[in-house]
Amino acid sequence: MAARGPQTAQQRDRTDQRAEFLLGALASAVLVLIAFMIAFVFAKAWPSFAHNGLDWFGAGGNVDEQLTGIFNSPADPSDYVYTLHAWPLIYGTALITGAAVLLGTLVSLLSAMFIVEFAPGWIRAILQPVVRLLAAVPSVIYGLIGIIVLVPFFGNHVIGPARKESVQYVIQLDGSSILVGTLVLTVMITPIMIAITVDALRSVPRNWTEGAAALGVNRFRALRTVGLRAARPAIVAAAILATARALGEAIMLSMVTGSVAFAPNPLDGVTFFFEPTRTLAAQIVEGAEGLSVKPFGQTMYAFAALLLISSAFLSFGGWLARRSMRKYTLAPR
Amino acid sequence: MDSLSDGRGMDASRTLLAGAGQMPPPVRRIAPQAPATIVPPPPGGNGHASGATLAPPKLQRLERADAPAIERMRTEQLSIAYGEKLAVNAVSLEVRQGEVLALIGPSGCGKTTLLRSLNRLVDLTPTAVRGGRILLDGEDVDGFDVTHLRRRVGMLFQQPNPFPMSIFDNVAYGLRERGSKKPSRKELEPAVTEALHRAGLLEEVKDDLDHPALALSGGQQQRLCIARSLAVGPEVLLLDEPCSALDPLSTATIEETVLQLRSEVAIVIVTHNLQQAQRVADHVAFMYLGDLIEYGEVEQVFSAPTAERTREYVSGGFG
Amino acid sequence: MSAHAQTRLPTGLIGRIRGSDSWSVGDRIGLAAAWGAGILLCLIAAAIVLYMLVRGVQYLSLELLFSHPQPGLDQSKSGGFLDPLQGTLALTVIATLIAAPVGVGIAVWLTEYGRPAWLARAVESGVEIVAGTPSIVLAIFGLLVFQEGIFSFLSYEATPGVSFGRSFFIAGMIMSLIALPLVVGASREALHSVPRHVREASYALGKDRISTIRRVLLPASRRGIGTGVALGMGRIVGDTAIVVVLLGATLQNDPQGGIPGLGFLQGTGSTLTTYVYNNSPVGEGGSPEKAYAAAFVLLLIVIGLNFVIDMITRGRGPSWTR
Repeated sequence: MAARGPQTAQQRDRTDQRAEFLLGALASAVLVLIAFMIAFVFAKAWPSFAHNGLDWFGAGGNVDEQLTGIFNSPADPSDYVYTLHAWPLIYGTALITGAAVLLGTLVSLLSAMFIVEFAPGWIRAILQPVVRLLAAVPSVIYGLIGIIVLVPFFGNHVIGPARKESVQYVIQLDGSSILVGTLVLTVMITPIMIAITVDALRSVPRNWTEGAAALGVNRFRALRTVGLRAARPAIVAAAILATARALGEAIMLSMVTGSVAFAPNPLDGVTFFFEPTRTLAAQIVEGAEGLSVKPFGQTMYAFAALLLISSAFLSFGGWLARRSMRKYTLAPR
Repeated sequence: MDSLSDGRGMDASRTLLAGAGQMPPPVRRIAPQAPATIVPPPPGGNGHASGATLAPPKLQRLERADAPAIERMRTEQLSIAYGEKLAVNAVSLEVRQGEVLALIGPSGCGKTTLLRSLNRLVDLTPTAVRGGRILLDGEDVDGFDVTHLRRRVGMLFQQPNPFPMSIFDNVAYGLRERGSKKPSRKELEPAVTEALHRAGLLEEVKDDLDHPALALSGGQQQRLCIARSLAVGPEVLLLDEPCSALDPLSTATIEETVLQLRSEVAIVIVTHNLQQAQRVADHVAFMYLGDLIEYGEVEQVFSAPTAERTREYVSGGFG
Repeated sequence: MSAHAQTRLPTGLIGRIRGSDSWSVGDRIGLAAAWGAGILLCLIAAAIVLYMLVRGVQYLSLELLFSHPQPGLDQSKSGGFLDPLQGTLALTVIATLIAAPVGVGIAVWLTEYGRPAWLARAVESGVEIVAGTPSIVLAIFGLLVFQEGIFSFLSYEATPGVSFGRSFFIAGMIMSLIALPLVVGASREALHSVPRHVREASYALGKDRISTIRRVLLPASRRGIGTGVALGMGRIVGDTAIVVVLLGATLQNDPQGGIPGLGFLQGTGSTLTTYVYNNSPVGEGGSPEKAYAAAFVLLLIVIGLNFVIDMITRGRGPSWTR
């Protein structure tokens, strides 16, 4: 751009105004896009909810069969089939997401404490790229390793024939299970939690850590009682982020547990962990080819709508939690 | 500072020093050639309720302890270095219960480092190396566990640092976080109330001990930190410029608390404020660039210091 | 100092546990667990990298890298993955070309202008919502929108009035959405960390705001913006869901329409991620060797991007060893 000569104040204001308007329009466009997205998804999803009512969330029947039925609806719009009881999908999502986040929070807290306080310098230097690497590995690679290595391992070596026989009339146990899904999902969501927690622990004011040390409290206790307490908002934020990530993980889970839309039965005891299931996001991926069939597509959008609502709840819950913790986390003057 | 070369300024200081043991006003050089003019106070006072005079207020000297002091800690040829830089050079000092030891000196002279070595807080700095010995009740402090040492030698910091918890939890912190048994709240209450009482804070907070500690004022927070340190039952209390971030009223309250505590706990205070040292201390150690220049009773160090450097410092020649 | 005995302060772990009764049983278990977690992380990362390395080297060959995939029943014998590789590169470029300017523009608006305040907050929340939305949801949203007839110029019209809704264009546009929050976040941080006096100096010289932004602030924030773009690229390269839904899942890159460059963009294809997905036991390809080879190449690309990020933030980013 050619160098401008001295501008009058008026000229400056006008170019500034124009720039501000353009950039503001750009930012608002993104906002409009998002609003559109939410509105569209809900609009498309509505028929599925409307036809099923609250039964949509209930249990009853085999989800795979119901989905096939929807896919094979007759061409006449008034004859579209929408029947769906999506409880197994909801239950599976809640199970895997909840377990992965709990496990991941525990592991990330321990790892963060290790990295901040107890790790020798050289281990700390290794762990930083390690955590970044784990966070950057694409989900399809996690899925590949899961399905080629872990699933057969569990299917052939961990799940004994007796166990398989005990449930063989209900479900096949071939290794793709909530256990493998949870383990791999935990490995996927933990690195980002570790990074956030480490940053939070390192920014605990030295005043507090020295104060705790000066009271004769050992390093682990001091970290656990003062450090983690001061880092609580960050830990909550990290957990929320991880939950959102876990909810949205479609590809890896469709590879590792996507075989059957089954609701694992906790009354089965240990076998419960080896039963397969399918999550909402994985279901959408599985159904992606059939989106052109109207009722089927609308059912998939219904799943997407549910995921959107959950994300919204998560963000809101996180905001509430962080607000309630604010009174304890003023930085010392 | 030019005032050092102004013979007139130094003579005036010396005369005053030889007098009633007061601190001279800070030496200033504004218009060396102009004749000295005295500005009379405006009629009706210049904002003070009592129309005070221009002379500095008389310093209060509170009563000295009568009981003989028991030696609690001793350093023998203590040296501390951060990497290549020597911060404390072969200092030998005694800390006695029943009296207050003040460490004074300009910034960077090593007094804070010395203080922090007494409870081995310098160990937290990775580049620190220590030479010489520190003895607590005759035992070498390296000989036993550092957390035990820190329960017997407590510390107060320059910035009040109450934890992000309630008042009760703050004071009970040291008692809760040692060993595996978790004492119940009922068991802790007497100790907590007593510690708050000794710190002079109980009256102000006893109605709501679950109030968040960070909501207290600066002076209250510092007293809370005192209570927190006292709850653990230390034999020695180290104070690192505890009043430098506080207003005069809070400062006075804390100085009173310090004087009340000195019969039960040995106290070492690091201070930049020479008037505070005069008010509070019984013995004074003056340090400069890592060396212990002078050690003696407070009146002697301030009115008749033996070292030239001390004399320059206490008269405000530098610092 | 040399005249006196120097005691080196105990730095080892053992030194700190000596004098045992200040560490309760619970504390010790916690310490062991912390160590365990750290070591476990290293082991898992090593296992993943080593396994992919072994398998990848085992199955990767130059021929695979440079030949087109051939449709055929027995995938293990036919063709390589040049097309998916091209697809990954093309998609990354398209999406980054959209996400980078838009992201920087939004970041600039948020930090330098940001009026009215409610709009700024709404935009911030909007970006956060996009960040939190699963990519599969974004993908089917894209399908929803771009299947409307008016967008048929972006892909092709299978039947009149209904666009196919899947093409490089469309996938690129939706992909840019997942990179957008990363670019916005990193750029905002970078712009925030330019000290105020730099801005004030520029205004004092008579420059208007947009010139200041263009000539002073953006160059000063290059590092942060570059980090954000590289992070976004990493996410784009690794995403599978959007590609599965929006790229038409043809094995070879299949241009539509006559014009060469434009046809490619309007056409369908695949990327390394869908190639791996399809060749794994869940897909139709059924050729795990090719899946490993492609996955290995994908991993190398991702590690390379991470390395680039390290170079950009050389010494300036948060480091755990300082």
